[in-house]
Amino acid sequence: MSSVTSAHSVVEPSPTSKRIAGAIVMLYALITLIPLAWIFLTSIKSPPDSISYPPKVVFTPTLEGYCNLLTTRTRQTPEYIASLPAPTSTCDEVTRKRNMVIAGPSNFLPRFANSLVIAFGSTFLAVSLGTLAAYGFSRFRVPLAEDLLFFILSTRMMPPIAVAIPIYLMYRELGLSDTALGMILLYTAVNVSLAVWLLKGFINEIPREYEEAAMIDGYTRLQAFWKVVLPQATTGIAATAIFCLIFAWNEYAFAALLTSGEAQTAPPFIPTIIGEGGQDWPAVAAGTTIFLIPILVFTILLRKQLLRGITFGAVRK
Amino acid sequence: MQKTLKALLGLASASTMSLALPTIAKADQLTLCWAAWDPANALVELSKDFTAKTGTEMKFEFVPWTSYADRFLNELNSHGKLCDLIIGDSQWIGGSAENGHYVKLNDFFDKEGIKMDDFVPATVVGYSEWPKNTPNYWALPAMGDVVGWTYRKDWFERPELQKEFKEKYGRELAAPKTYDELKQIAEFFQKRQIDGKTVYGASIYTERGSEGITMGVTNVLYNWGFQYDNPDKPYEMDGFVNSPDAVKGLEFYKALYDCCTPPGSSNVYMVESADAFKSGQVAMQMNFAFTWPGLHKDEKVGGDRIGFFPNPAEKKHFAQLGGQGISVVSYSDKKDAALQYIKWFAQPDVQAKWWQLGGYSCLKSVVNAPDFASSQPYAQAFLDSMAIVKDFWAEPSYAILLQDMQKRVHNYVVAGNGTAQEALDGLVKDWTEVFKDDGKI
Amino acid sequence: MVEKAADATARATPTSVAHRVRGLSDRAIAWLFIAPTITLLLAINIFPLIWAIYLSFTNYRANRPNAPVQNVGLSNYERVLTDPDIWQAMQATAHFVFWTILLQTVIGFTLAYLIDRKFRGHAFWTTLILIPMMLSPAVVGNFWRFLYEPQIGLFAYAVSLVTGIPTADIQMLGNVSLAPWAIIIVDTWMWTPYVMLICLAGLRSIPDYIYEAAEVDRASAWRQFWSITVPMALPFIMLAVLFRGIENFKMFDMVTLLTGGGPGSITEVASITLKRAAFESWATGRASAFAIVLFVAVFGLANIYVKALNKVKQR
Repeated sequence: MSSVTSAHSVVEPSPTSKRIAGAIVMLYALITLIPLAWIFLTSIKSPPDSISYPPKVVFTPTLEGYCNLLTTRTRQTPEYIASLPAPTSTCDEVTRKRNMVIAGPSNFLPRFANSLVIAFGSTFLAVSLGTLAAYGFSRFRVPLAEDLLFFILSTRMMPPIAVAIPIYLMYRELGLSDTALGMILLYTAVNVSLAVWLLKGFINEIPREYEEAAMIDGYTRLQAFWKVVLPQATTGIAATAIFCLIFAWNEYAFAALLTSGEAQTAPPFIPTIIGEGGQDWPAVAAGTTIFLIPILVFTILLRKQLLRGITFGAVRK
Repeated sequence: MQKTLKALLGLASASTMSLALPTIAKADQLTLCWAAWDPANALVELSKDFTAKTGTEMKFEFVPWTSYADRFLNELNSHGKLCDLIIGDSQWIGGSAENGHYVKLNDFFDKEGIKMDDFVPATVVGYSEWPKNTPNYWALPAMGDVVGWTYRKDWFERPELQKEFKEKYGRELAAPKTYDELKQIAEFFQKRQIDGKTVYGASIYTERGSEGITMGVTNVLYNWGFQYDNPDKPYEMDGFVNSPDAVKGLEFYKALYDCCTPPGSSNVYMVESADAFKSGQVAMQMNFAFTWPGLHKDEKVGGDRIGFFPNPAEKKHFAQLGGQGISVVSYSDKKDAALQYIKWFAQPDVQAKWWQLGGYSCLKSVVNAPDFASSQPYAQAFLDSMAIVKDFWAEPSYAILLQDMQKRVHNYVVAGNGTAQEALDGLVKDWTEVFKDDGKI
Repeated sequence: MVEKAADATARATPTSVAHRVRGLSDRAIAWLFIAPTITLLLAINIFPLIWAIYLSFTNYRANRPNAPVQNVGLSNYERVLTDPDIWQAMQATAHFVFWTILLQTVIGFTLAYLIDRKFRGHAFWTTLILIPMMLSPAVVGNFWRFLYEPQIGLFAYAVSLVTGIPTADIQMLGNVSLAPWAIIIVDTWMWTPYVMLICLAGLRSIPDYIYEAAEVDRASAWRQFWSITVPMALPFIMLAVLFRGIENFKMFDMVTLLTGGGPGSITEVASITLKRAAFESWATGRASAFAIVLFVAVFGLANIYVKALNKVKQR
């Protein structure tokens, strides 16, 4: 008899408790998503709507925030604006309504492009180097391997500002300040320790017999690595890549201290978006929205790998 | 999964490839670094003439004030090549001259016949010289600026308010001449209903992160008799920085902050202060003069609704200097082209157009022109303000001195910790330590 | 554990299994594979660290490269350890770390426990909950400044709606007693999902038969929770605490953008003080000493903690 009840009450929670649990979790999820929804809503508000009190939920959507994000504008007299030829784009039109004309593109797109280049470049490097090193650590006897791995990982405990001090001096000497290459190398170095550590775990799980069988069939060690181990490790590599990518995409401290213009990424740039004489919240929200979209897409598409990576990382330590 | 991964790897390698392509530095392009504010937009407009004349394209790197010093001092200290020309803040001049960030301009001025005598003396001392009051020039005065005030003329002119004010204080409701008057007016407007909206007395600087609250506090303290050091014995600060009068001044600033600012004014600098004024929240606003042309053009509060007045007096009469000179960065590969820009910028007709577009020229021939004072409603207030300027330390250690002051006064004024006396005593202690470290005392 | 086993196999297998195979020797491959990573880490991790240690004994200032560099012995360390501002920063950091960990652990564990009820659609809702932790603390933190605006912000509006306090009094970033909580709220909003995930892994690692045995003993649900669920999940909870503790000890980006350390210095956490010393005052030598102190502190605390953790695991 007890075994019957236990099947219900222990391993499988009762329907009521499930319903209550579900309701609480949903409520939590919805509340925590409000700030994100607000970012999006603000991005399609006009500047006066964005700062009205009480906060407006119903309003006429406009692209003004996105226009302001992507352009720089100068104020002109209404007479001057009336003398111009008809507007050629939506942004032209929106801008002129505020007695301004578009002077040129803003720096947002170049900064966003920097983010793409630096995040993907460093992820690619960190995962490539990490996979090789993880294979090396996993399959061969490397002197002091454990200590080395632990030490590598412990450098992640340094506050980024502390790391940035000598890097700043070093990059100044080498001419790597404010270069995409400098940022890629730095993010790679930060990420590679995590990559090696995660990937070593994944590769350890691949039975060595596979490669050995391949080598008996005449493959060299390199071929076996390329054709047998790598395909097996794809999931692990993907999980690792997402982690590296999220770090590099979101990183602020290094970027703020080591880049000033040419290689500046979006995170230090977005907080500095201001409008004409005032904080232009719709433009900031537009920049934030565009910046968050890639990560949102990644999170949803690759959630399984992500979950595996997080829990795996935690469990292993 | 494998597809996603391949796409990911492909994207990554593509982006690394694009890096390998050399970025071709255009010789006929100059980058100018400055703060992101109204005058910068005016400079973009003005520079189109330079491009038309020389074929040199101008690129601009504008950063908001709150991160301006941080970003560009970092850039200069890292010997970066981002900026060919920089319009650096007045207080940077000492450090930039001593550490070789700026090109010394004396020879160039001599060669091109640019005379510093042609510029307003206060701006030459403030923006160009290091050491101060010696003929060593590191910048050309580019943008005169000073802290002053705007007020809601339309509110001040309402008969019912004028009547009420006169009954209460026994004088006319008009732009204040002293700080005591200013505080009375601010109290008068605080939490008053105007056109169905609650309004507040005044917006003043309280920003913590960069230099905001220091600019606001010094602007007020000078008028109480605050001095940086003993005029006869440099770097002797005890009894000057923390003199009884200076303490009273700081107490006044806190009282003004507590009584008369809008809610949420704990981190206000130029942008936020202008915002408070533009949104019709405040009767008066402390701000640098650069905001005036933009506010005057504003649809809601500009035109006849806005008035301008220089910093009120108390025992003394001073105003905090702002503004900048334009310098050539010594790490630039295009120093000659950059010098050509300065040469062009120094011409009287360019300077005249600069003023028309919303920049504040420092050229005597522009500001002393007979029609200058009447050319804009704010011109007179600007002239009066520029006559009483005083600046913060411009020492190479200015950033540390500034940080100390930010911390001490924000802690007292906004966070409400300790007394004004303690804050200024602490400041003397901090500053003494800095100058000891520098070997100056 | 899997790792340990695999390592054991790795060691047991002769390194020369493939020595007769064509191509590079295993030894060469091992070094070929590991060398790039090691080189990079030496160049960008180890060398700068050594440099920072060296600088911490000098009076070097990065903004005065031409000034003579002097060895000042331990005086930088002495100054760092006796500086009241630094102690204040450490206190601000401790307050922040303590409360974020406490809140995140309580909320995160509760959520994990509820999600482990496996209600319908739990996977979907879990993914939604995770979103905040994927986002950039700097970019999102910056936007929270807007939410916290007393006059126009959504947060003040919502709080005033619920409590009836006028919005003008809800100055999350300007009030000395509220600002420390403002940063705690944002951090908790962002990182509770992370703690939740690790706790969830912990709950799922508890085998069903333990509960079945408890049921046989007629232990109440309450007792089962305290005598099985919590102790069995404890190592995971402790891990989550460790990770969050290290991360928040280093906190810089979000707080910088939200409060910049203000009002006064009430939210000036250690990294902000360090940044001011290193990149605003340009006291590079002293800042390096502070950096080393921070590193040693976090490294030491983490190690002590890991020892405790291992003890809990062995129980």
